[in-house]
Amino acid sequence: MENSRRSFLKIAGISALGLGTKPVLNVFASGENSEKREAEIQKNPAALKAKRWAMVIDTRKYESEEDLKPIVEACNKIHNIPKHTNKRHEIMWIWFDEFKYVFTNQEHEFVDDRVKHLPFLVLCNHCEKPACVRACPTKATFKRDDGIVLMDFHRCIGCRFCMAACPYGSRSFNFRDPRPFIKEENKEFPTRMKGVVEKCNLCAERLAVGKMPACAEASNGAIVVGDIYDSESEVRKLLKNNYAIRRKPELGAGPAIYYIV
Amino acid sequence: MNDKSKIIAGLIIFVIFITFPFWYNMGKAAPVPEPKLTDKAKLEKECVEPKQFMKVEHMQILDVWRESVVRNASRTYVSKTGKKFNMSLASGDDSCIGCHSSKVDFCDKCHNYASVRPYCWTCHIEPPKEKK
Amino acid sequence: MLELAIKGSKKYWVWILGLLTIIGIAFIVYLWQLDFGLGITGMSRDVSWGFYIAQFTFLVGVAAGGVMVVLPYYLHDYKAFGKITILGEFLAIAAVIMCLLFIIVDLGQPMRLLNVLLYPTPNSVLFWDMIVLNVYLLLNIIVGWNVLEAERNNVHYPVWIKALAIFSIIWAPAIHTVTAYLYCGLPGRGFWLTAILAPRFLASAFAAGPALLILLALIIRRTTKFDPGKEQIQSLAKIVTYAIIINVFFFLCEVFVVFYSRIPSHMSHLQYLFFGFHGHGALVPWMWLSITLMVTAIVLLVIPATRKNETVLAGACVCVFAGTWIDKGLGMISGGFVPNPLHHVTEYIPTVPEVVIALGVWAAGFFVLTLLFKIAVTVKEEVSGV
Repeated sequence: MENSRRSFLKIAGISALGLGTKPVLNVFASGENSEKREAEIQKNPAALKAKRWAMVIDTRKYESEEDLKPIVEACNKIHNIPKHTNKRHEIMWIWFDEFKYVFTNQEHEFVDDRVKHLPFLVLCNHCEKPACVRACPTKATFKRDDGIVLMDFHRCIGCRFCMAACPYGSRSFNFRDPRPFIKEENKEFPTRMKGVVEKCNLCAERLAVGKMPACAEASNGAIVVGDIYDSESEVRKLLKNNYAIRRKPELGAGPAIYYIV
Repeated sequence: MNDKSKIIAGLIIFVIFITFPFWYNMGKAAPVPEPKLTDKAKLEKECVEPKQFMKVEHMQILDVWRESVVRNASRTYVSKTGKKFNMSLASGDDSCIGCHSSKVDFCDKCHNYASVRPYCWTCHIEPPKEKK
Repeated sequence: MLELAIKGSKKYWVWILGLLTIIGIAFIVYLWQLDFGLGITGMSRDVSWGFYIAQFTFLVGVAAGGVMVVLPYYLHDYKAFGKITILGEFLAIAAVIMCLLFIIVDLGQPMRLLNVLLYPTPNSVLFWDMIVLNVYLLLNIIVGWNVLEAERNNVHYPVWIKALAIFSIIWAPAIHTVTAYLYCGLPGRGFWLTAILAPRFLASAFAAGPALLILLALIIRRTTKFDPGKEQIQSLAKIVTYAIIINVFFFLCEVFVVFYSRIPSHMSHLQYLFFGFHGHGALVPWMWLSITLMVTAIVLLVIPATRKNETVLAGACVCVFAGTWIDKGLGMISGGFVPNPLHHVTEYIPTVPEVVIALGVWAAGFFVLTLLFKIAVTVKEEVSGV
C-alpha cells in the first residue's frame, strides 16, 4: 500500500510540476469525458500472479550433482552472478549441499543411502516472517504482498544486518566489484555493484512478464513454483499427495521452499 | 592590537583562495551541449513525455519508475497521450537505451557538462559502444 | 575553553602528532577500501561481520561504562566522584565517536548512510542503535561541557544540567542493551540467541569502562598537576571488581545452559571458541587468555591488599581491559558466525589493512579523548591554582 501511495504522490508531483495539476486518479474519472488524460502506471497483464508464491522441490526427480548443475547455471547466467576466484567473496543465489548441512536439525547417522548422498538445492526461503526484513534498517530488503522477499539494490547501505539475521545463510555480499568476474553478461538484467547484499529474487523479473523462474524451467519438472493459497495449483497438489519438509521450521520464519524427500 | 597588517594579509589570501574556482575558470565557459539523438529516437519525435519535460524531469521519472518496478512489480507506463512504455532503463528494445542507444552521445553529453555522475551504469549494463 | 587544547608541552604535541600520523595512514588505507570494497578485509560470505563491528560492540561498552562515575555522584550524592565525573563523560564522548566511525567503515555503501534517516524503519534494531548512540553522544557533550565551564567560572552548574545528567544515567545502559539486541534477537545464531547477552554486555562494560578510567586517572596524575584522587580510584576499583565478577558469573551461566542442554546449534560456537571445531580453532588460545586475564584480575581485585596497591591495581585493570576486549572484540562477533547456518566452518582472521583501519579509528578516538582530557585537566589545574 505504502509503495503505491508513494509512487502516486510522486507521479502527481510530476504532473503538477510540468503538465497540469490534476492528480493521477482522475484518469479513471475523466476517461470518458475525453479530457486530456494523465500519466499512469500499470501492471503487465501477462504477469504471473499469486496470493503467496511457494516452491516445491521434488528430490526424487534427480540423482546427482550433474542433474542440478544446469539449474544452478541457468540462474547464474540470467542473473549475472559472478564467479569469484576468492572463496571469501563468493556470491550464491542457488546452490546445493548435502542433507546433513541443509537439514542440520534432521540429520541422523542412519539416514538412507539415497538421501545421504543426494545433493539438495539451497536458496532463499522467501519466508512468511523474514528475519532479514525485520533487521534491515532502510527497507532495502522487503517482502512483497505475494510473499517474495526482494532486494532493492539502489537502497542497500551494505550494513549486512540481513546476513546476520538470515538463519539459512542465503545471502551474499559484494565484497568487490562483481563485473570482472562475470564471463557473459545478460544484458536484460543488471549486475550489482560492490558493497550491496544480494540473494535469490524468485525471478521476480520473469514472473512480471509471465515467465516461470529460471530454475524451475531448467529442472525438468523437479522444481515447481506456484500459488500455495490456490488449492488447484500444482504446488498444492504435490504437497497434498506427498510428505514434504522445510528447513528449520522450528524457527517459525515460515519458509516457502518445500522439499519432497 | 598591532597585528592589523597580518590580519588584512590573511584575509586577502583567504578571499583569493575561496574565489579561486571562479577566476580560474573565467572566460572558459563551455557551450551548452545538445545530446545527439539516434535515428530511431528522431523518428519517434516524442519521448515518454514531451521533450522539455524529459529534459528537466527525467531523473524524477526514472526514480518513480525504479521504485515502481523494483518494489511494486508495476512495469508499464501509460503516458498522457495513451502510449504504453516498458519501464526499464536498459533491458530490451523498448527500454530507455533501446532508443537512446548511445550513452556517450546521449547521457554523457549533458552529465559531463553539468558535472553530475549518476552511477546507473555500475549495475545496469550500458549499450555496447558503436563500432567506428 | 577549546583554546586550552592548543597550549601544551612538547610531549603533548608529539603524542598528538603521533595520533594524527596513524589516523592519516589509516585514512589512506580506508580510501583503498572505499575503492576496492570490503574485500580487502578478512570478512566473508559466512563471517559477514568482523573486527570493525566487534570493536564497535566493545566500545559501546566503554562508552556506557563512563556512567559508573556519573551515577554515584548525581544519584547517590557521592561527592568524591564530583572531581572526576567529567573524565567519565569525556571518555564516553570519545568512545561513542569511535563507535560511529566503526559503523561507517563497516558499511559497504557509506555514502548511502543517510538512507537510515530517509527510510526510517522502527522494526530494525540498527535504527534504534543509531538513535541511542547519537543521543548519548549529545547528552555527554552538553552535560560534560556545561559542568566543566561552570567549574571554570566558579559557579554552580544550572539545574537543567542535572536533569540531563540523570537522563544520561538512564540512557547509558540503554545504549549497550540496544547494541546487545542487535545480536540476541536473531533467530538462526545460537551463540547470541540468549537473554543473558545484554546483561553480560553491561557487566563487561561496567568492568572495562571504569578499568580504563582508572588507568587514565593514573596517567593523568603522573603527567599533569591534577590528581584525580586516591579515594576516587579505590572506589572505581571496587566497581570494577564487582562488575568483572558478575561478568564471569554471567558467562558461566551461559556455559552451563549451553553444555548441559547440549543443543548443537548453541554449543558448537562455544566449542569452536574454546576447544576448536572440526579442526578449526584460530581463537582458542585467545579465548583462554581472556579467561586467564579475567580470573587473574578478579584475584588481584578481590584481595584488599593488592587492590589498594596502585601499581598492582593498574596491572589488574590492564587484565580487565584486555580480557574483556578479547572476549568482545575478538570472540563475540566471529564466534557467532562460526559455524555458519549450514554448520560449515569458515574461519575469520582480520587482514592487515583491516587492522590498520581499526587502529586509525582507535587513534581518532584517543585524539578526541586527549583533546578533551587536556581541556578538563587544564581547567582543574586552573581552578585549584597549582
